[in-house]
Amino acid sequence: MAIREDVIVIGGGLAGSMAALEAADGEASVRLVTHKKSTLRHASGLIDVLGYLDESEPVSDPFAAISELPDDHPYSIAGEAAIRDGLARFDEAVGDTYQGDHTDSNALLPTFGGAIKPTARYPDAAAAGLASDSRDMLVVGFEELTEYNAGMLADHLDAADVPFDVDGVELNFPGEYANDSRVTRFAKRLDSDEDVDHDGRTMGARQALAASVEPHLGDAERVGFPAFLGDDHAADVRADLERELGVDVFEIPMGPPSFPGMRLADRLKDAVDDAGIHISAGNPVIDYEADGDEIEAVIVDSKGREVPYHAEEFILATGGLVGKGIDSDRDGTVEEPIFDCHIPHSDDRYDWFEQEAFGNQPFAHFGVRIDEGMRPLDAGGDPEFTNLRAAGGVVGGTDPVAEKSQSGISLTTAAVAGQRARNQAAKREVSQ
Amino acid sequence: MSDAQQPSDFDATTAVDEFEPVDVFPSSEDMDLRPGADNCYKCTSCDTSCPVAEVDEDFPGPKFQGPEQWRLKRHEDVDIDDSILSCSNCMRCDDACPSSVPLSQMHNTARGEYVEEHMDKLSREYLRNRMLSNYRTMASIGSKVPRLANFVMGLGITSTLGEKIMGIPSERDVPEFATETFRQWWKKRGGSTVSNPDKQVAYFHGCYSNYNTVEVGKAMVRVFEEFGYEVLVPKQQCSGTPMFANGMLKDARREAEVNVRELGEAIDNGAEVIASCTSCSMALRQEYPELFDIEGIEELSEHTWEALEFLRVHEDLGQAILDSEVDPQAFAYHAPCHARNQGLDRQAVELFRDLEGATIEDVGESCSGISGTYGWKSEKYETSMKIGAEMFDHMEHAEGDVGMTECPTCAMQMNHGTGYEIRHPLELLEEAVV
Repeated sequence: MAIREDVIVIGGGLAGSMAALEAADGEASVRLVTHKKSTLRHASGLIDVLGYLDESEPVSDPFAAISELPDDHPYSIAGEAAIRDGLARFDEAVGDTYQGDHTDSNALLPTFGGAIKPTARYPDAAAAGLASDSRDMLVVGFEELTEYNAGMLADHLDAADVPFDVDGVELNFPGEYANDSRVTRFAKRLDSDEDVDHDGRTMGARQALAASVEPHLGDAERVGFPAFLGDDHAADVRADLERELGVDVFEIPMGPPSFPGMRLADRLKDAVDDAGIHISAGNPVIDYEADGDEIEAVIVDSKGREVPYHAEEFILATGGLVGKGIDSDRDGTVEEPIFDCHIPHSDDRYDWFEQEAFGNQPFAHFGVRIDEGMRPLDAGGDPEFTNLRAAGGVVGGTDPVAEKSQSGISLTTAAVAGQRARNQAAKREVSQ
Repeated sequence: MSDAQQPSDFDATTAVDEFEPVDVFPSSEDMDLRPGADNCYKCTSCDTSCPVAEVDEDFPGPKFQGPEQWRLKRHEDVDIDDSILSCSNCMRCDDACPSSVPLSQMHNTARGEYVEEHMDKLSREYLRNRMLSNYRTMASIGSKVPRLANFVMGLGITSTLGEKIMGIPSERDVPEFATETFRQWWKKRGGSTVSNPDKQVAYFHGCYSNYNTVEVGKAMVRVFEEFGYEVLVPKQQCSGTPMFANGMLKDARREAEVNVRELGEAIDNGAEVIASCTSCSMALRQEYPELFDIEGIEELSEHTWEALEFLRVHEDLGQAILDSEVDPQAFAYHAPCHARNQGLDRQAVELFRDLEGATIEDVGESCSGISGTYGWKSEKYETSMKIGAEMFDHMEHAEGDVGMTECPTCAMQMNHGTGYEIRHPLELLEEAVV
């Protein structure tokens, strides 16, 4: 029994990291057990709380809208104060690299498809792109990137009746590249400001990029780029471009690989490390040991050796269908693979989806159902275990993608699960 | 276009039940990598974790090398792309993949096939790679006359000839051979000072602790004996790590057969296998069962541990550290990629930050860039140093001016880039608890 903590959190994505930080705010010793890279690496990096109630208009104030949610929605169970706690904990973890905490209202940000997205928190790097800002905008795309077209993006924004003029321009990224170069290569080049040949001269990649954008500036007071303006030194890259161009520069979140998501993952890891939380990364939790309905240890598969990790309280933050916290099979099984927590679903997999791709998809609701302490419930509505709590994508009962609530649900459930685990661990400490 | 064969009687309008996509490919006759390839949903976590792709424009990345190339290869007229030789086998893609696609297994098998079928066996590159992979053979000869070997290897002319003839970068200093190998020391010592049939461990020292950093092997023995273990040192060959990385799978299998047999005997007698090098433990645990079908190979995999990992699980190592003290010293710690894959990347830092006198700082997630034999090839030297640049930079900004890592070749690279002396966690643990 050499590995023992007060609280063990399983899963190292947004919910797991935040639950660990919450649980560690006190005397409790906390260990984060994480298997693979999390889905944060391909997430937009935007923190949505509630964007849509139905298909109509975007929600302007998520806090005003939550009373309209059904009683079994995770927000209804956790309560408004928990949403605020979750956001406060997030704001503390990411510091000034994120904005949006000055208001309850949603911000509106452009996406790389040219849509406008309501969101509660956004990276500092995206701040100058707000759609509510009336300054004229230039959007820059690159011929080398097939998944992103600046002209189309600008036209879409225009069609959405944004309160500013917007143009798009497609350029070649300065320097020589292989035909199928990836965005990571461009980011690296800007991050380390590598020398490139531009206009017959050799100069830093940042300066060369600014020089190729400048002739297209026109009346624009801000310039948007696909979100690969650097990696570790992203703030410096942006500052240099802004100085060269004399206007604000911002990033537009795009699909994988997503630098805003990767930067957020890095920031959360630093916060977890700074909080003195132990981290075991690279091996999966595959099983548990329990005494009745109390979990005593989880079993980590350490490349073939099954090692028990003991704790008083456990938090399950392994993600949903994409994050592999929920598994499904062709035979009609839908399961939570570690503790086999109950997941309501039809045994006929043809009931899992609607023909309409963007319809109300039953599979999107897959996940554990929880009580007010975030404890997963069995089929009879009782807690599966006394000391297991769930946070993030593994919690079901709503379609977080459709309502744009995925990150908010993660922060909220993580806050409650972390607080309860911390308090329970402290109580046991006293009683012993 | 998909290379799936369309069943001739397939009719999109008939009931879906009649079409079972899992039966489209003919079933595999050797190891079946199909499920792994299918699990890839192209999230790019592997590509963004690949240290080579980050600095080498021409390297197509693990997603191509793994699932995509595997699918392309279903057509018999498609050859393995030669860029597979630029993969350093750091295995970070394995650690990254949220869908558990067996990327390194795909790379190892593709590389083996490429070397076997497409590489000229008389080419300088092949001969050089063969020699590097069989470091143990070279070292066993050099160690017979260590002082002479060290003298000759240290000569400028040797280094120039090495570059010109063999394609070994003259910038690198060939590691010195110890004047007494670990096994010679062990024999002279008369084996373990502890006799305990209930607590036995079989030490897999690997090549480097035997021929070069003998102090690491001695530290392992003294630490485990301190905790009451009887240490066995069975006959052993190279783990195979450099052979996998160079596509020399036949050489690796030859070595693996001996290791499985000899270590298997110890396991049968109740011992657990302990490695001090994280690439050796990686090979025994993961690559062996993924690549070879040898009787007893699964048992070896399941009974192999890294040294600190074993003590953390079986002893109260945390308390032992809290009760100890060492002379004040600060370390810049680098976690080897292969330690990362075994879930060991945090243990040295989390353990030693509780050790009175020691200060330890993780120098970050970057790869050291040497990847065993990779950085020992002239044509890869520049890539190797570009990858390592981030680590060198972080080491120089860390408080300590002594490096620490579990991997012998990472240690070479750390020393090469910073000039720091590099120590193994077992050496500090020995100082603390013995």
